Amino acid sequence: MKLNQLKEILQAKVLTNHLPIDIEINNIIASDLMSDVLNTKNPAELLLTGLSNNQAVRTCEIAGIKAIIFVRGKTPDEETIKLAESCKIPLLSCDLSMFETCGLLYSRGLKNPDSKYGTGNNPSGRI
Amino acid sequence: MEQETILQEEFEIAGGDFVNGGVASCRIKNILKEIGVDANILRRVAIASYEAEMNVVMYAKKGIMKLILTPNKVIIRVDDEGPGIPDIELAMQPGYSTATPEMREMGFGAGMGLPNIKKNADVFNINSTVNKGTNLEITINLNNKNE
Repeated sequence: MKLNQLKEILQAKVLTNHLPIDIEINNIIASDLMSDVLNTKNPAELLLTGLSNNQAVRTCEIAGIKAIIFVRGKTPDEETIKLAESCKIPLLSCDLSMFETCGLLYSRGLKNPDSKYGTGNNPSGRI
Repeated sequence: MEQETILQEEFEIAGGDFVNGGVASCRIKNILKEIGVDANILRRVAIASYEAEMNVVMYAKKGIMKLILTPNKVIIRVDDEGPGIPDIELAMQPGYSTATPEMREMGFGAGMGLPNIKKNADVFNINSTVNKGTNLEITINLNNKNE
């Protein structure tokens, strides 16, 4: 699924300027703890987080994560947005809770990078 | 056996500087990416060096991070001046942490840093002297995937 489709599902707004959001996203990590984000075996493509400081962006640059959607209406400061633009990591923000955001995306087939189970639209598909 | 050093770079890390914490690791990642290092190895080096760099930012006064590249491996050496670690075995246990609320607000301090460095390294050495500082050496081989 493309990031711009996720934007529509979550009714999220884009915070960064001039960065394309037609990026393919299949694996998502959801956490406010950057140590968890750095601890996945396989790389994730999108970070869902309520942590809206510059270390969220740095963590994505280090772990090769392509984009961030902030939940609970969180928005980072201007410096963090500029850092994300220089790292070419699009930032979006939605008003939903972490739980609702995860539920909506899981039910549409998106998965955790280290998933041991099937996806929301194929729950019986245990790997 | 001593090996030829292809490349060596040094980066300064300032303790308490959360704004620039991670800059050195991102530069290391970009240097190795330009050379054409395998993506999986690149990710392991970047994660291990970033965890080590953030430890200096969080706990030490200052530190030096060194990138050494040989034909067969990447070595990251981090030497800091700071409080040191009284019990390394305890600090290596997942979940053990002495982090302050400020560190936790930045998304760190869950006691996962050192175990995650070890997980990503092929060889990991750590030495520490209380009230002096901590020295880490992280070696990642270029010719295997550690999986």
